[in-house]
Order: sequence, then C-alpha cells, then structure tokens
Amino acid sequence: MTLIRKPLSRRSVLRAGAAGGALLATPTIFTSRAWAQSYTNEPTGSTVTLGFNVPQSGVYADEGADQLRAYELAVEHINGEGDGGMMNTFSSKALKGNGILGKKVVYVTGDTQTKTDAARASARSMIEKDGAIMITGGSSSGPAVAVQALCQEAGVIFMAGLTHANDTTGKDRRANGFRHFFNSYMSGAALAPVLKNAYGADRNAYYLTADYNWGYTTEQAISEATEAIGWNTVNKVLTPLGAGDFSSYIAPVLQSGADTLVLVHYGGDMVNSLTNAVQFGLREAQANGKDFQIVVPLFSRLMARGAGENIKGIFGSTNWHWSLQDEGSQAFTRSFGQKYGFPPSQAAHTVYCQTLLYADACERAGTFNPCGVVEALEDFEFDGLGNGKTLYRAEDHQCFKDVLVVKGKENPTSEFDLLEIVEITPAEQVTYPHDHPQFAGGALGTCNPGA
Amino acid sequence: MDAIILQILNGLDKGSAYALIALGLTLIFGTLGVVNFAHGALFMLGAFCAVTLNALFTLSHQVIDPSRTDFLGNPLRVEIPYLVEWFGEATGNAIIDWSVPLSILIAIPVMAAIGLAMERGLIKHFYKRPHADQILVTFGLAIVLQQVVKYFYGANPIPMPAPDAFVGTYDFGVLLGFDPFSIMYPYWRLVYFLFSLVIIAAVFAFLRYTTFGMVVRAGMADRETVGLLGINIGRRFTIMFAIAAIVAGLAGVMYTPIVAPNYNMGMNFLVLSFVVVVVGGMGSLPGAVLAGFMLGILESFASMAAVIDIVPGINQVIIYLVAIVVLLVRPRGLMGRKGVMED
Repeated sequence: MTLIRKPLSRRSVLRAGAAGGALLATPTIFTSRAWAQSYTNEPTGSTVTLGFNVPQSGVYADEGADQLRAYELAVEHINGEGDGGMMNTFSSKALKGNGILGKKVVYVTGDTQTKTDAARASARSMIEKDGAIMITGGSSSGPAVAVQALCQEAGVIFMAGLTHANDTTGKDRRANGFRHFFNSYMSGAALAPVLKNAYGADRNAYYLTADYNWGYTTEQAISEATEAIGWNTVNKVLTPLGAGDFSSYIAPVLQSGADTLVLVHYGGDMVNSLTNAVQFGLREAQANGKDFQIVVPLFSRLMARGAGENIKGIFGSTNWHWSLQDEGSQAFTRSFGQKYGFPPSQAAHTVYCQTLLYADACERAGTFNPCGVVEALEDFEFDGLGNGKTLYRAEDHQCFKDVLVVKGKENPTSEFDLLEIVEITPAEQVTYPHDHPQFAGGALGTCNPGA
Repeated sequence: MDAIILQILNGLDKGSAYALIALGLTLIFGTLGVVNFAHGALFMLGAFCAVTLNALFTLSHQVIDPSRTDFLGNPLRVEIPYLVEWFGEATGNAIIDWSVPLSILIAIPVMAAIGLAMERGLIKHFYKRPHADQILVTFGLAIVLQQVVKYFYGANPIPMPAPDAFVGTYDFGVLLGFDPFSIMYPYWRLVYFLFSLVIIAAVFAFLRYTTFGMVVRAGMADRETVGLLGINIGRRFTIMFAIAAIVAGLAGVMYTPIVAPNYNMGMNFLVLSFVVVVVGGMGSLPGAVLAGFMLGILESFASMAAVIDIVPGINQVIIYLVAIVVLLVRPRGLMGRKGVMED
C-alpha cells in the first residue's frame, strides 16, 4: 500500500488558514456578541466617566479626602501618567496605560456625608446626570449597602470602598457589587489567635458596640471568634453613633466582672471611647487577678492619630498598612507619598486597588458592560496589590487575602508611624464558606446591565 | 451602691458642660430675647482656641536625623518645638503640657471678640424678628462656623491631653470603703466640675453684686423702664452676649481633654442644652444650672447596662422623656418665670 501525499496547494493553505482563524476567533466573536447589547451609560466618546462617591463632609471626611487622593492617583496611572504605582506590580498586565479600552478616564465626585440617603442621592446624580459607568467609594457600611443596591437597580458596577460589615457581601450582597476590603468575620478570625497568645484563653469580655449594621456584625464576629478560644462574653451594650462622651458607658465596665473591653467603634467614636476608657484608668486597672485589657477590632492610621498616646499597645486589625514590605505596597506608598507628602491610609489603598481592578476587568472582558465586568472579576485571582495572593470569590464578590493584626506602636518615629504589624494572617485562616451563618440571608441575584 | 455613686460622679462632669452652655443660652435669651442656636458653635470655638494655642506652642522646625529614615527611605526630619529650643527642654515641655489651662487666657479675649462680632454684626438685626427667624439665622451661622473650623482643622478629632499633673484616676472606691478599682474617676473630670462651679459662681456673683449686674437684671425684668431711666441697656446686653460667649468658650477649652475636639462637638451639646434650658425654665439662670446637673446625672444613670437591659434604648431618650414630664407638670419648667415665651 502506498500513501500518495498530495502536495499542499496555495489555495488549500489559504482555506486552512481561514478556517483555523475563524475557529480561533470564535470565542472572541461570541464574547463580543454577548456584551454587544446596550447598557447603562455606555461610553460613546473618547472618555469614560467613573463616579467617586466618598464622604467629603461629616465624621469620615478625612478618610474621604484620602480616598479622593488615591482615586486621583489611580486615574493618573490608568491614563499612563505618573510612575504607574501598583500597575507595575499588579499580576494582571491587561492595563496598557492608555485609559480603559483606549478611552481616557475622567471622573466626577459625590459627597456621601456618611449618610445613607445622601450617599444614594449623590450616586444617583453621578449615574443619571454625569453618565458614570461605575460608582466606587464610601467609608461606612450603611451607605455602602445602600449605594450597592442602587447600583444594582441602575445597572452599573459598584466597587465598594471602606466597608467592613459582613452584610455588604453577606445578606445585602448584590451581583453588581464587589468588595476588596476585609470584613468583620475576617477581623475575628485573625484577631482571636493573637489575643489568645497575648492575653490567654480565660478572659471575660465586655462589648461597647456602635448601634448600626457594622457594629452588630463586628460584635457578633469578634464574640464568636473569642468564645471559640475560651473567652466569656459578660455583656454587650449598644452605644449611639456620635455619642461624644462615652464615660457613662465606660464607667460601669470595671464593676461588671469583665477584664477585657472590646470597643466596636470606628472613626471619631473610637477615638472618644478609647480616650474615655484610658481616662477612667482601665489600662492600669486589675480585674479577676489580671491586667485589664482593651481591644479595638478595626484600626486605621487616621483613627490612631486621633487617639494619640491612648492607642499604644492596643491590638486591632487592619486591611493594609503602608509599612508592608511587599513590592506592591512599597510602590503605592512611594507613589502616593511623593505626590502628597505623607503615606496613604488603608481607606486610600482599598479604593486605589478597586479602581485598578475595575479597569483591568474591563480590559480583560473587552467591554464596559457590567455583566462582562462581573464575569471578569468573578473568581479572578491576582497578586501584587499589597495583600498577597487574592481571590475575588464568585459566590459573594468578596476578596480573600491576608489580614493584618496590628498594635499601637510604643515608640512611634513620626505622626504616621503609629501602628506596628504584629501578624500577617494568611488568607486561608480568614476564609469561610459563602453560606456561613454570619453571612446568611442574602443572594447575589444576576448582574444587571441596565439600559 | 458603688455603681450609683460612680454614675452620680460621672453625671457631674457632663452636667457641668450642660450647665455652662445652658447658662450662656439663658443669659442671651434673658437679656436680648434671642434664641441662639449658634451657642453650641461657641462651645466648639472655645475648644479650638485650645487646639490653636497647642498648635502654636508646638510650632517646630525640622532637624534632619541621618540615623533614621522616613516612610520614603529619606533621612528622617525630626520636629523640635521652638519653645523647647528657646526655653530648654524642661520649661518648653512644661508650657506645652499646660497648653489647655493656659488657653483660658487666650480664649477670654478671643471669645469676647467673637461674641461682640456675632451680636453687632448679625444678631442685632434680628431682635425684632420672630423667634423662627432667629433660630434659622443662628443655626445657619453655627453651620458656617463648623465648616470654617473643618476647613482649617479637618474632620477627625484632635487629641488634647490634660497636663501630666492631672492625668490618671482617683480611686473613690478605696476612699469610701468599697473594693479597689470599683469607683475610678479621672482627675481632670474633677477639675472640670470644680472649674464649672467657679464659673457659675462668678457669673452669679457678677450679676448679683456689681452695679453692672444689677442694671442687667433690672433690664431683664423690665427693659423699657430701665431705658426710660436713661441707661443704655442695649450696650450692657451686648456685653452680656460677649460674657455668655466667654462662658461657652471656657466650657469648651476645659472640655478638650475629656473628649477630643472636632468641628461637630457643639451640635452634640446644643440640642441637649436647649432641653436643659426648657426644663430649667426659659430665662431662669438657677433653673438652667439645676437642670444641667440633674439631666447630666440622669443621662449617666440611663446609660448603665442594668438600666438598658430593662428598658432598651432608654439612654437615648431619657432627657426628652424627663423634659416631657416636667413640661406637663410644670409648663414653665422647674424655675421658669411667668410671661417668658408665653406671648
């Protein structure tokens, strides 16, 4: 038997090439067709508008100001200006420094005032009047949950800023919403082992908790995590937001049989309650034969500055700190520090990352269509943004990454050097099933492209 | 029993602040007939006098320390306060340490000037206008003042430590025969309570024992008759406005080590102070002081965990509940005068 091999003709090569090309192009063609439908605020010109919705007034205005600085920096970097910051260390290389999908990024800003209704109103205005295709920002969980729901209805992506309540990616999760910041559960999971090492397994804890959704979920997360290591919860007392003087709540703590006070407060409330606790001598006091201790589950550098000397030696958790030595953190701190003259806060870091992640997802999806962006972000694994290897989990749109346990520094070298990193808790230790009871009762639903 | 003593002590310092603010409010209302919603802002401005003086005392020049680096890896710039350089470490640091009490000296002229400017520049134009107009304009002024302070000082609280001599707590538990650590009370809060008593006594003495004070009291009782006697009561009332501003300002200065000041601190006190004035009786100075301390202590009791367990949320409404009861039983408040705000 003889095999007669036909010589390749020029026509057959062309045919095979065309067929192969069509085959290779098939997924792209399908993808383009899938996202070809119209969607809310589809950019038609040479620019794309992002909406930065941060507290520019109210108690978290300083966090908001730092977030705006980070947004400005992120836009510069995405548009190819400046030193590129974390774009140089980001594991995904889809961003080219020419905007997003070739369109220059411009932005509008809104003031959430740290109020739910004001946050929704400014987000709505940016979507309806300014044509923002994505809303991002916020320094509190109440407004974050409200704006996330609004973005779902409007058909735009919401990249949450500083929101720590479990609810944001728990019972109030939405398909169009994504959170890079860590949450209450993660704080508990990271803090509990460190607290056990530092203060032992036999502790009686008293909780003073801010009376809103973040307070409730954080109190639950910390009490469950510490009870699991053997601690006993003596009492949980809700305190009004912005109480100013917390002395009447602090004063009875020593008579309660507690030897540990957990202050589930943030921002100015935390500064005041911690100051009051120190004034009332809790740090020098003895209870149950032990030194009395104070724990603050969520720390930020801006808060630490407000609390001054009182923060020294107190444990807490944080999403990120400028003193981290990885390349991404260093690049961001250098970039931010050279532009503004001081290091960035965790609030600045998370929104900078969120902006890069959104831009990168658009590039990878090849579209601004929210459903394309959702698909690109779901189960997206990345590195180089300051928290180690990170996963954007598809089931709840929560980022899973390393969490920092920090302590107020005893001998700070400057007004920025207030927290020392005690432990970098690996992502695996703070990961939980998406249907964990602390996150129960919510469903993502389906993405909404709007229009 | 120790819990009750603790909450009484605890209510005294909060009551002191209420009493001082309500005293100023009553002085202004009693003399000028103006409902001043900017009075909380005066308390806040007083606090920021202390912040400003502390910032001035800690003005520094930078010295490069090549042995250490900053967050960008550059040689660290260490701040050396000029006061330390000029007067030596011990004296310079002592002046900085005592910046809050020393701020009183600055706050008196500053608050007097602010009070005079407010009254002459704005409020005098609203004397004959309805109370609703007065409330609107003074509330607007309070918001403007807040935003100006926020612009210069930011939104976050600024810590202001008490002098080292007053840092720490006094163990009343040991003194009264209870367990150690059962009744701990910070020294500075005791100082604040005593300071408020001195200010209140000074204002009462000024009104009672000076000719100026007697004329003012006469004017409060019957402005027209005093005017017919050829006395320029308007000018005296303007000075009383400045005095009320000073009282609020000093209350703010001394409050800074208790709660770190921020631009919004006046609003937290304003509404409660109005309740204090109403409960005490509109226009009654002793009523304002009595109600201030009474409501401060009640609020403190209502914040006890044992009380909240029985009536959840009572801590946030107790003052208003008491106000309703007092006004139902005594419509003019505890010590109100007939005819005030009844036209």
